[in-house]
Amino acid sequence: MNKKIYIRMSGLGGQGVVTAAHILGTAATRDGKESTVNPFFGAEKRLAPTESYVRISPERIYEKGEVLFPNIIMIFHPDVITLGKCYTMPFFAGLQPGGKVLINADTPLELNGDDLEELAQLNAQIFYIPATRIASEIGGTELSTNMAMLGGLMGIADLVSYEALTESLQERFSGGKFVASGTTAALDDILKSKYEKVAQLVEKNKEVIEKAAAAVKRYDFNSQAEGGREINSVCCG
Amino acid sequence: MIQQKVVEPEHLFFPAEREKMFITGSEAVKEAIKRANVDMAISYPITPQSESMHLVGDIYAEGYLREYFRGENEFAVMSAVAGASMGGVRVFTATGGPGTLRAFEIFSTWAGARLPIVCGFMTRGVNSPLTIQPDTIEMAFMLDTGIIMLHAENAQDLYEMILKAFVIAEKTDVHIPVGVFVDGFFVTHTRDKVEVAPPDIKLPPYDPYSAPVPVMDMENVPVRQMRDPFVMKSNFISYAAHASWQQEVLAAAERARKYIYKYLGGLVEAENADADILVITSGTAASQSREAIAQARQAGLNAGLVKIKSIRPFPAEEIKELTRKAKAVIVPEFNRAGWLCRELKAVVEDNTKVLGGPRVFGGMTMPPELILSEIRRCAK
Repeated sequence: MNKKIYIRMSGLGGQGVVTAAHILGTAATRDGKESTVNPFFGAEKRLAPTESYVRISPERIYEKGEVLFPNIIMIFHPDVITLGKCYTMPFFAGLQPGGKVLINADTPLELNGDDLEELAQLNAQIFYIPATRIASEIGGTELSTNMAMLGGLMGIADLVSYEALTESLQERFSGGKFVASGTTAALDDILKSKYEKVAQLVEKNKEVIEKAAAAVKRYDFNSQAEGGREINSVCCG
Repeated sequence: MIQQKVVEPEHLFFPAEREKMFITGSEAVKEAIKRANVDMAISYPITPQSESMHLVGDIYAEGYLREYFRGENEFAVMSAVAGASMGGVRVFTATGGPGTLRAFEIFSTWAGARLPIVCGFMTRGVNSPLTIQPDTIEMAFMLDTGIIMLHAENAQDLYEMILKAFVIAEKTDVHIPVGVFVDGFFVTHTRDKVEVAPPDIKLPPYDPYSAPVPVMDMENVPVRQMRDPFVMKSNFISYAAHASWQQEVLAAAERARKYIYKYLGGLVEAENADADILVITSGTAASQSREAIAQARQAGLNAGLVKIKSIRPFPAEEIKELTRKAKAVIVPEFNRAGWLCRELKAVVEDNTKVLGGPRVFGGMTMPPELILSEIRRCAK
């Protein structure tokens, strides 16, 4: 990776969009790259639109705020697209040519014709992943959806090492040092209560990440007439 | 209390071995206060500042500060901070946006009472309509309160400026408050690399006898003015005293220039300053401009950047000199009023070349492409 990669994560409050960005950015800096991470949300509440942005580059990054021209877009919940719970309309606004979109949904969503056409023109690659299902089945809690999304990202792009990702996951949940808002702290407590030990939380989420990386499916634009079938294979970035 | 070694400010600022951290702007505030030998901090929550003072509360619990509590509202907090400072202790607080406006009267009171308070302003939009997103409009209101105003570009700046603000504010020939302004969310909530001094060293304590005015003396100014204000006596002496006192506060800010040079390396920072097209700005808009200028240079356009670090005192002479040869001056700002553009127009000799904007307000970021298109327009 020799150039800047800008990632936009859109989801709903409580899904861990901010935490996912934090873990990814920390991993990138652990790998020796430059990274900045920032969130964007309104008055904090669950299920409200929430976005976070990760910039990764071999050089110092100055630009701040929302990522308006992303290389990768991660959609943590179908509502972001179907209900417009998003800070940009359409959800892929600003996506760079050849960019990637990773969507958390069990089956491909019915995107409208104009959007599909525009995405095809951009030569965009669309990927689906049942992140919430993987989180529930492997991690034992929907609260690991963000980890499944990071796993999906690992499956479609070569951004950070698994080693650095695991280390930053450990750092985020094991120390008492992390500063979170009241709501995030409460969710942290719920997540930790699901496991006997933090080590177990890290292990399970590592498994979620690995399984998710292998569960990404690429959407085939040509098959949209037949109802948007997906290419039934694991893809690599 | 946690044991820390007192070192000379120069040691804390410059040669001390630094540790690299990947932290938010709010965490950078905590790291600064940890090393600032602060006696007392008073907080009141408002987004996007809440985390900063929450974290200062955390280090109070760890034993880095002598006293910390939450006030009733911003007006009460700023008033309590004034009391603490008059009592002769080093004090810190922070607010932002509507909080700044709610406390507004007290900032002039701080300056008038020659109190060396350091306050963080995590700027945000001001009602109405209600927003919690970044916007620097409150800085327009603060320009003439008499306080020194520094504007941090990023978390590293924020860390440095807070620590240095105490040293500058407490010089006998200055001894007025310093506001360290930083764009909310863009800096406070953004995680970035920050280099900090070791945590086991700190600034020397505040010496209340460095004050140019008597500490808590009811018979002398400035406390005397509050106990027994000049305004109660309509005679020549009271008017003259009031007028000369205000000039003295302005003069104190002027005398801060040499310390801003010493500790911050100047009131401005310039990059490719000989360019035909100069982008002059402060805060996050400077970061956005750096990206735009890098892109402009790649496209063969001759553009440079002047980042203003000190808004009060304003770098009038520096700007006059820097803009003399420029063909166009672009002023990107995160507010609708364009207060920085007005400030610049007042000092640039041929101010027809100062072009206001781009301006972004209401909470969105400023795409570097927007500044780049302005540079392209000027290059035609």
